[in-house]
Amino acid sequence: MEKMPSLWQAMEQKGYSRREFLQFCSFAAALAGIEASGIGSVVEAFETKHRPPVVWLHFQECTCCSESFIRSSHPIVADVLLDTLSLDYSETLQAAAGHQAEKCLRDTMTKYAGEYILLVEGSVPMLDDGIYCTIGGRSANDILQETAKDAAAIIAWGSCASNGCIQSADPNPTNATPIHKLVDKPVINVPGCPPIADVMTGVVTHILVFGRIPELDSQGRPKEFYGRRVHDTCYRRPYYDAGMFVEAWDDEKARKGFCLYKMGCRGPVTYNACSVTRWNEGTSYPIQSGHGCIGCSENNFWDNGPFYRHLASFPGFGIESTADRVGTAVGIAAAAGVAAHAITTNIRKRKLIDETMDESAEAKRKGGDA
Amino acid sequence: MATAAETPGYRRIYVWEFPVRLYHWVNAICVVLLAATGFLIGSPIAIVHSTEAYQQYWFGIVRFTHFVTAFIFFFNFLVRIYWGFAGNRYARWDRFIPTSGAKVKEIFEVLRVDILQMKLKGRLWIGHNALAGLIYFLTFFVFLFQSITGFALYSSMSSSFLPGLFAWIVPVMGGDFAVRQWHHVFMWFFVVFAIIHVYLVFYHDYVEGRGTTSSMVGGWKFERRDVLDERVGHNDHRDR
Repeated sequence: MEKMPSLWQAMEQKGYSRREFLQFCSFAAALAGIEASGIGSVVEAFETKHRPPVVWLHFQECTCCSESFIRSSHPIVADVLLDTLSLDYSETLQAAAGHQAEKCLRDTMTKYAGEYILLVEGSVPMLDDGIYCTIGGRSANDILQETAKDAAAIIAWGSCASNGCIQSADPNPTNATPIHKLVDKPVINVPGCPPIADVMTGVVTHILVFGRIPELDSQGRPKEFYGRRVHDTCYRRPYYDAGMFVEAWDDEKARKGFCLYKMGCRGPVTYNACSVTRWNEGTSYPIQSGHGCIGCSENNFWDNGPFYRHLASFPGFGIESTADRVGTAVGIAAAAGVAAHAITTNIRKRKLIDETMDESAEAKRKGGDA
Repeated sequence: MATAAETPGYRRIYVWEFPVRLYHWVNAICVVLLAATGFLIGSPIAIVHSTEAYQQYWFGIVRFTHFVTAFIFFFNFLVRIYWGFAGNRYARWDRFIPTSGAKVKEIFEVLRVDILQMKLKGRLWIGHNALAGLIYFLTFFVFLFQSITGFALYSSMSSSFLPGLFAWIVPVMGGDFAVRQWHHVFMWFFVVFAIIHVYLVFYHDYVEGRGTTSSMVGGWKFERRDVLDERVGHNDHRDR
């Protein structure tokens, strides 16, 4: 089996200096959440371990994950990962096309069987034999099964591959299915629409450095990035605890930057690293820009609308009905029923009391007789 | 004048033991607090602010109250389940499940009296009537559901053992959003239950005339001596 050069060798060949290499190692270590004392092992890993080849598949998606990935905050990380990570097959980024591209994929799969990392972007349509997404005449599921068989690790990029995202929104016309439901290997879910670039590079770095998949939570997401809610690390959290909320998009409180909870912000129910790493080189994230989180990395976020209200519409009662409206109606109905019942009871009261008096009188009479 | 033994008056029966009454009132207070704070957490009121965020913490206190009350509610519920096996026959677990034909018959009798407002025939069981028992049995499932979903939501901000036990429900239900939604929906169950429950206590107090309302304070209920004598003759109130 042919070995790829190590990351350091590849960088050296491309003219990067040793200093730049060490710089990259520090960035990578920080991204993967490794403490300073662990940088040595990162350097060692990148010096000695050969780079795993990568196959990047695209199915039902919008390529926003790729777009996000190539905008990593630290250009050197993205550069190096893209330059020297052996991206053998990626429809969007590769130079090859047509049969040439298919050959690249086939070569990688045979030459590096059991070694390549499989990155999947997009969901897989399962309805009608997967006719809704085909590449080179083959269905997405067909390609996925073949490439997944000999992959060393599988990463599902973005919400499409992790939980179906918009394609699987009700009524899910193509039966768009996330990757982890189709392959029987462990899949690293990196949800988000798109996922944060630094989270993506962080996950890849983890695999490169440690040679194994990161610790995952119950939904298959790396704990280091999806362990906390957007809410828990949000810089507006103090306003939440103080009970200071934005009431309308154009009010004084919105200008002052109060908590967006009442505007439907999904921060409290969304697990992601947005408020820590932020986006676009750490510039901002939705809440910082004055808009609530829409929970794009959560299951079913598309159907949990409207985005600007905290409770979802209650199914079967029309678009504007929340559980609270239905609950209030049921509560009022119960109170009204109780009131009506009390009225009729009181109308019948006289008769009941009369009967009871008879009862007592009878008892008294009986007692008297004895 | 007749002696007390000869008068077919009322005899008092100790129905609700102290643990049952304690459970009831702790539960009542918890449910009111949980529903009120829960509703506030769902849609917080706009409090006029002239202060900085660090100077107030009312929403934090509302949430803290909700969480503390939830723990009390949960353990109180567990105690009641235990008492269902240790308590007297009015508190026993089988009072909540219609296990016999007589209980099923009583369910229809109570429906007749409560909904059609017809005259009560005979006497209802001195403890929970069969329909009330069944409804309370269903509320236990709602208690359980609220405990599971509540602790599951809480587990993400807690490292303690108990909430962690329930974290599995989040992926099952498809994320925190869905769990939160259903946790909220069932809050309304308690509101509606409280309205109907309180009313029916008053109604049955009146219809049965056996001290239903005060029984949950003192534990005593009252039954006519002649009814009791007849029941003892048939061994009725034991075996039903």
